[in-house]
Amino acid sequence: MKGQIFLYVFIMWLMILGGGGLLVLTIAPIEIHGFGRYSDEFLDSGIKAVIAIFLVVLWIFIMSKIKNWIFHKQIRN
Amino acid sequence: MLDKTIAAIVISAIAFVTVYAITPILIKNLEKRKLVVKDYNRVGGAMVARPGGPSILAGILASELVLYALFSSVEVLAIILTTFLAFLVGLADDRKVLGGWFKPLALAATAIPIILLGAHGSHLDFPLFGSVNIPELYLALIIIMIPITGNTVNSIDVLNGVASGFMTIASFALTISLFIVHHYDIAIASLPLGFVSLAFYRYHKFPSRIFPGDSGALTLGAMYGTIAIVGHVEIIAAVALLPAVINSFLFLSSVKRIVEHRQLKSSPVEHTEDFKLKATEHKDAPVTLVRLIVANGPMTEKEVGFTIFKLALFSAALAIITAFMTGIKI
Repeated sequence: MKGQIFLYVFIMWLMILGGGGLLVLTIAPIEIHGFGRYSDEFLDSGIKAVIAIFLVVLWIFIMSKIKNWIFHKQIRN
Repeated sequence: MLDKTIAAIVISAIAFVTVYAITPILIKNLEKRKLVVKDYNRVGGAMVARPGGPSILAGILASELVLYALFSSVEVLAIILTTFLAFLVGLADDRKVLGGWFKPLALAATAIPIILLGAHGSHLDFPLFGSVNIPELYLALIIIMIPITGNTVNSIDVLNGVASGFMTIASFALTISLFIVHHYDIAIASLPLGFVSLAFYRYHKFPSRIFPGDSGALTLGAMYGTIAIVGHVEIIAAVALLPAVINSFLFLSSVKRIVEHRQLKSSPVEHTEDFKLKATEHKDAPVTLVRLIVANGPMTEKEVGFTIFKLALFSAALAIITAFMTGIKI
């Protein structure tokens, strides 16, 4: 069981690194133009925020599935 | 450079000695005023003084105020104010049991000095991939970061010595990481957190003579979160805190709501006849880190604590690797 907890920590770390890469490479470059300076900034931030929240929810969902997979025997008991 | 090295040594010594000297006096004072709680994991249920937050705060304030007097840094001022406000929130919770939502909301308010003083950046640094500039979103991140770190440290305060020992490891990992990413001033400002935790561990370790209480745990957690923000090492700080994050995550995903431990109907662990900890068989009990650690068989409280410290050391190593990776861009 102890080894499985270390594995879970390690997977979580890998997912943080992967999630960071996804944010920097795909979401950060998004830019909105054509609605005026302040509207562009507002829309830009809003869209990035929505995507970031969605990614956090997705991250929690995946971590929950991995948790059930790693600790399934103990959780079932 | 020499003056900063001397300052680092001086404030580390002040932080350690203050907590080391004040805590026994605080223990006597709390016992005299009958401010004690039962240690349910101890044979016979010994009464232990609580809260230890005042001595933790004294160590932090004494050292950080000296640092502020020497260098007048706005980041250090933000650390002092946010930590002090978090202590007040914790103290209120120690005195009167407050609702599950009170602490996150009140702790969110403690982050205001960081914003008002402008002691934050506007970008998140990720290892290997570079950084993202998120000026508006970063303000929201500051507001949620302090409640997360505060409550995460509070949630790991489950056994004798665990919260202070865990914070000693995580704090020194954060300090080393700050040096690696060349944020020397904040690295120096983070030293008191590790030394305060270490000095408090002397009295908190098994068998505990004092518990930190909410005032102690939230003070440590809020200071950790503030250092992460003003030092621009949010991701590294999260990695060093992973075992505690997992504990909160397991707890929340099993109870599916924000709730205090004391409000739970069944405990995640029980005692064997020889007073070892074993996983409960109650279906409605939450899944926690301790429950998973003892899932394969009963362990003593001390053994469980050392397993958590091994996990903390593993996360600390990952955090330091992450700090090295932050300087590399692929």
